[in-house]
Amino acid sequence: MTKPILELKHVVTKVSRNTPEELTLLKDLNLTINEGDFITILGSNGAGKSTLFNTIAGNLTIDSGDILLRGESIANESEERRTRFLSRVFQDPKLGTAPRMTVAENLLLANKRGEHRRLTPRHLKQHMAEFKQMTSGMGNGLDERLTTPTGSLSGGQRQALSFLMATLKKPDILLLDEHTAALDPKTSQELMNATNERITAQHLTCLMITHHLDDALKYGNRLVVIGDGKITYDVSGEDKQKLTQEKLYSFFSDLQE
Amino acid sequence: MTFGLGVSAIGQGLLWATLGLGLFLTFRILDFPDMTVEGTFPMGAAACVAAINNGISPIWATLIAIGVGMLCGLATGLLYTKGRIPILLAGILVMTAAYSVNLRIMHGRSNLTLLDKPSLLKLPIFAHTPMYFDSVFLGFTVIVLLTLVLIYFLQTDLGQAFIATGDNEKMARSLGIKTDNMKIMGLMVSNGVIGLGGALVAQNDGYADVNMGIGVIVIALASIIIGEVAFGELTMNQRLVAVTLGSILYRFVLLVVLKLGFNTNDLKLFSSVVLALCMMVPVFRDMFNLKRVWKRGISTHD
Repeated sequence: MTKPILELKHVVTKVSRNTPEELTLLKDLNLTINEGDFITILGSNGAGKSTLFNTIAGNLTIDSGDILLRGESIANESEERRTRFLSRVFQDPKLGTAPRMTVAENLLLANKRGEHRRLTPRHLKQHMAEFKQMTSGMGNGLDERLTTPTGSLSGGQRQALSFLMATLKKPDILLLDEHTAALDPKTSQELMNATNERITAQHLTCLMITHHLDDALKYGNRLVVIGDGKITYDVSGEDKQKLTQEKLYSFFSDLQE
Repeated sequence: MTFGLGVSAIGQGLLWATLGLGLFLTFRILDFPDMTVEGTFPMGAAACVAAINNGISPIWATLIAIGVGMLCGLATGLLYTKGRIPILLAGILVMTAAYSVNLRIMHGRSNLTLLDKPSLLKLPIFAHTPMYFDSVFLGFTVIVLLTLVLIYFLQTDLGQAFIATGDNEKMARSLGIKTDNMKIMGLMVSNGVIGLGGALVAQNDGYADVNMGIGVIVIALASIIIGEVAFGELTMNQRLVAVTLGSILYRFVLLVVLKLGFNTNDLKLFSSVVLALCMMVPVFRDMFNLKRVWKRGISTHD
């Protein structure tokens, strides 16, 4: 369980390179993620949480340092190529699904994540029973709407679907970018529970950005705080269990002073 | 006479429906307007007529038209995805360039005739068909084949990736779909089909003209939109069929316009007016609350 699956070594990420607006978003960031880690990530706005995800996923290229997957560098691989081992859920429910395609069609697309797509029939019908069973586990009526275009689903259903799509074909790394933030408190809590269940059941390696301190404490085996483009706090195992909201609060206020 | 005109309208509608089907792939699925078609259509016609004039069989000449259409699509696709030129401008660039290429293909002449030359409509199987029915049969065969091929393609893994690209590009990329390649492929297939349309129309009319591309995007859009307005909510497969029916309906609208005493010079004006009216249907619907009126008409008042 303690084998590193993803390592970020001295990663520097800049945007608007060679212009007056050049900004360094990640400043010599080091992070080793072990297989089976469920890491919650905290940090104030602009600290570099989303930049970290975009760097891991390949939307942003790094300026120096290296990213290793099981010891091999993936720093030069394209965003599309990294989807073979990586999947992602965005904060905005609109980003995760294709609105004019049905729930089942979206799931089928996700079933082939990172694979070469050929001129072979898609065999939607053969997957319907499996999709029905999987969506009924989310407990929000998604299983009744398999043939509905996702554009007419509620935000909660869409996010639940995006999460299912991200885990349908087991990823080596799962990135959750505040995936419950756009939902009402009740729906958000339901999705968070379902998320935790599925991650535990499938032994997924997951990084989850959140703004809820209690979620960050409650879920996962490790908690990481990002500040000013670096890892400023990293706690796991028993130490994380002992952590309280008060301690985290004081830590944040220390940072601001 | 009137019966003949009706049959002719159906034949024209079927042959021109290829344009609607081709444009459907970009306009409705990839969700952008591709101006390339105004250059591709005459290029398909010119390439086909020039090939036949050079002694190539009509079937091969038609396939050549598809090939040059695909090349036009490739050019637009590369400018758009790799060159990062906005799609509208990329299409206009290729369309403008195509004008010169078309004149080259036709040896500097603006019009090239097929008089006394073979064509798909003069194939032996059409020898005994009554007047105008040859274009109906040819158009029908091509449209059925084309629609079936498109239906199959859109249900494959590749076709689904293509649809997803037009629907939510960011999601498509996050699932490992190479969206640039999907767009290039879509533009190539779309313009290949439009090149085919050019070849069919040229063989039906008996000539290719360098100006025959002007306004064809409006005609193609008209068949798509008339089909949608006339038949409402449909599945993807039904929508493909609706394009052909829309194309035939559009020909009948033109027939009525001519019957009212307008001449063929006025047709482009009417094409635009018809398309504009159809595209404004949702606005009118809200304005006059038509839906409620229609629903009331069939409600039982109990």
